[in-house]
Amino acid sequence: MYLAPVQLLFEESRPGRRNWQTPGADRGVATADLPAHMVREKAPALPELGELDLIRHFTRLSQKNYAISTNFYPLGSCTMKYNPVVNERIAADPQWYNLHPYQDDDTVQGALELMHNLAADLGEATGLPGVTLHPAAGAHGELTALMVLRAWLDDQGQNQRRKILIPDSAHGTNPASCTLAGFDVVTVKSNDRGLCAVSDLVEHLGDDTAGMMITNPSTLGLFEEDVVKICGLVHEAGGKVYMDGANFNAIMGITRPGDFGIDMMHLNLHKTFSTPHGGGGPGSGPICVTEELTKYLPTPSVIQGENGFELSTPESSIGRVRGFHGNFLVLVRAYAYMKRLGAEGIKRVAENAVLNANYIRVKVSDHWRVPFDRICMHEFVARPTKEMREAGIHTIDIAKRLIELGYHPPTVYFPLVVAEAIMIEPTETESKETLDAFIEALIQVAKEAAAGEDFLHQAPRNMPVSRVDEAKAVKDPQLCFRCQ
Amino acid sequence: MPYIQNSDADRSEMLAAVGVKSIADLFTSIPEEVRLNESLNLSAGLSEDQLMRHMQELSSGNQASAGVNFLGGGIYDHSWPTTVDHLMSRSEFLTAYTPYQPECSQGTLQAIYEFQSMIAELCGCEIANASMYDGASAAAEAAMMAMSQTRRKKVIVSAAMHPETRETIHTYLKHIDAEMVEAPIVDGVTDFSGLIDDKTAAVMVQQPNFFGNIEDIAAVAEAAKEVKALSVASLYPVATGILASPGKQGIDIVVGDGQSLGVPMAFGGPSFGFFAAQQKSVRKLPGRLVGISNDTEGRRAFTLTFQTREQHIRREKATSNICTNNALIALRGCIHMAALGPQGLEEVACVSRQRALEMVELLDLAGIRRAFPDQHFFNEVCFQVDNDEMVALFKQNLRAQGVQGVLAMSAWYDDMDGCFTLACTERTMPEDLIALSTIARQTFIPEVA
Repeated sequence: MYLAPVQLLFEESRPGRRNWQTPGADRGVATADLPAHMVREKAPALPELGELDLIRHFTRLSQKNYAISTNFYPLGSCTMKYNPVVNERIAADPQWYNLHPYQDDDTVQGALELMHNLAADLGEATGLPGVTLHPAAGAHGELTALMVLRAWLDDQGQNQRRKILIPDSAHGTNPASCTLAGFDVVTVKSNDRGLCAVSDLVEHLGDDTAGMMITNPSTLGLFEEDVVKICGLVHEAGGKVYMDGANFNAIMGITRPGDFGIDMMHLNLHKTFSTPHGGGGPGSGPICVTEELTKYLPTPSVIQGENGFELSTPESSIGRVRGFHGNFLVLVRAYAYMKRLGAEGIKRVAENAVLNANYIRVKVSDHWRVPFDRICMHEFVARPTKEMREAGIHTIDIAKRLIELGYHPPTVYFPLVVAEAIMIEPTETESKETLDAFIEALIQVAKEAAAGEDFLHQAPRNMPVSRVDEAKAVKDPQLCFRCQ
Repeated sequence: MPYIQNSDADRSEMLAAVGVKSIADLFTSIPEEVRLNESLNLSAGLSEDQLMRHMQELSSGNQASAGVNFLGGGIYDHSWPTTVDHLMSRSEFLTAYTPYQPECSQGTLQAIYEFQSMIAELCGCEIANASMYDGASAAAEAAMMAMSQTRRKKVIVSAAMHPETRETIHTYLKHIDAEMVEAPIVDGVTDFSGLIDDKTAAVMVQQPNFFGNIEDIAAVAEAAKEVKALSVASLYPVATGILASPGKQGIDIVVGDGQSLGVPMAFGGPSFGFFAAQQKSVRKLPGRLVGISNDTEGRRAFTLTFQTREQHIRREKATSNICTNNALIALRGCIHMAALGPQGLEEVACVSRQRALEMVELLDLAGIRRAFPDQHFFNEVCFQVDNDEMVALFKQNLRAQGVQGVLAMSAWYDDMDGCFTLACTERTMPEDLIALSTIARQTFIPEVA
């Protein structure tokens, strides 16, 4: 960790410092024929730095980050697995990255073949054969699928169906996507086993039901044991079931959503299929749907025609949800990942992800409160004990103390159904030694918390900054250098 | 097994600790009737070496641009410094998550803040967010934001906006209670007259437009202001090296695609979208925002802020559903802008335009005229020849010489038979223009050539 402050680029800037140059520029020639009001008086006030200072600036910034390549990252629902370096090498092939999206199909056959085959493989893995690779992230996939649902409802003459049922443990993107797609949200309660309460679900089903969004395994790391029944009930009521596939890592190769009644789902290639998160994207959120819904998918899709692979528009497509053909270089990495693993490797991913999660769970459940302490899937949720809370220690203190001990904290305060939640997802790529060390840290922090150690409130004390005043950032907004 | 470190011995020990006999015992909560009995029907795994060979074989089915590329239409063949590739491939950036824990994410956070600052400067706006998926979806989000801010339902979109951007806006708007109206094209630029009224939420225009023509966006901004609608410009950011910034011309929301800022063409993605606006709109903005605050010891610290707009807090009342955006590619853009600096960006803009001016002159000699000679262009030019057959022939002849180019407008506009665009960048060499004009002469005036 690089601890010293790094000045802003703008503060490091000195007039006249040059770096990248393009010979032959002549502002007079370039602007002579343009009316004065179209032309700017002087160049935009970007920072001016030499090459070495630029390298140091960003290298030092990089060293102020925790990352998978430096630290264990047990961030629940985010599947922070190892991002294989070979995939970066593969994506750096100019035969991929130098393609223009408007080249003729016959000059991009490799790219189209890759997209075609990746879609087919994702269809096989999910049991949902209609696949679009367009959406740029999971939330974008949700929105796209809800638009598909709307198109299907319109075709059925069922436009009055506006309600989407969503369990209270769902990701916030689910309800937000519903609003964007013009649906109304109805929340379904969880039962005392942490599962979607079928009795509550039934209460809300009716001829205004458009569908349901279910996360399986749920954000509590539990497989929805009644999922077959739930899908049946929603279908009977005339709706479709969407699955949030953020947690697909747990069940890949073990079971297929298409086989247990799901009609549509998204996959996060930047979670399950190992493409790097990059500090918040680019992701890729393909959606997989049943045969019946395939004709509504966004345009373009890739089909295999007589003269090779080509871009095509599905019969009743909802249209475009973005420009061009998807986050292509993310698709290249995910494709390479699947090819390297093969059918058996994919199944081993799920097995080891679930084993790793359960191993941590059993080792810490004597020290932490684990509300649903039974065999879990790829993650589980813990929370501080009564003793810790009475000692004035909250989840935020736990998270910050873990940072101090060299771990990126688990997901905290989510899902909302567990107060002070700590959601732990180790992924399959971690070794037993890493898990053991993390378990030891969790037990140590549990003891410190139970003792109400004051230094927990000061944590982290060994990072470039200590706790940040988030309220001040809102009260006195400084979002850009020029606004100060 | 690739990427899994634990051995069978480790697994046995761990299973014993969990208190189960086998891996299968971990999956008993999945109803037996839906558990897979056999393997997925996927190919067997490859070794790393086999994988590399397979990928090379696959990629050799492409003919990537060998350096002479006149294709534009939203994706441009610009160059970028090696520093960009080097720095953004650092695994501390590459393999970090969204910076929800500011203390161990100051690197990503400061870089995003710097990105926001530079984007706001190019756009001529007060604030910018941490990035969007791409230019098209950013424009759609701008339309939604304008509707939310004005509480109106009508969105007027220039027909000269990128067709894929218009289609994306249409897809986003058609399922909600909204009205999308297209403003017609007159002589290659948008004519909004008679369309903007007090029901209008947004007036949307692209700068330069899909035909490469420079729009009078100051007039658009003014017309929108008169009825308290929001003006939205979709911007080609490189153009701001010499052209006036939309925000400075009165535009309320400036969006666009960042591909031209150091991002490979990559078959169209991933690039990043950007979204800039004025400070007063901050609570309506979609996407993530990084701000400056202090830590407990008074040191400057960066953090995600205004998170109460976002889906993980506001759920169905959020301003947008976007969470994962295109942060790493925005980092590319950030490094690229910093490497260029003011002079560097101006040079790229100048050379791109100088080449386009030379291209127009050279093609004129081959008898190829601009479709809209009264309009001003930046680096992309719309030409008109007799018909689409000639367009196709020209394209074919270029391809035969290894030159990519010619985007036929009739693919999107029924009334533009014989029209096509060509784009230049700072990578366009004088000899490329000679080759282009030679092929043009051979195609259009073979008797002279």
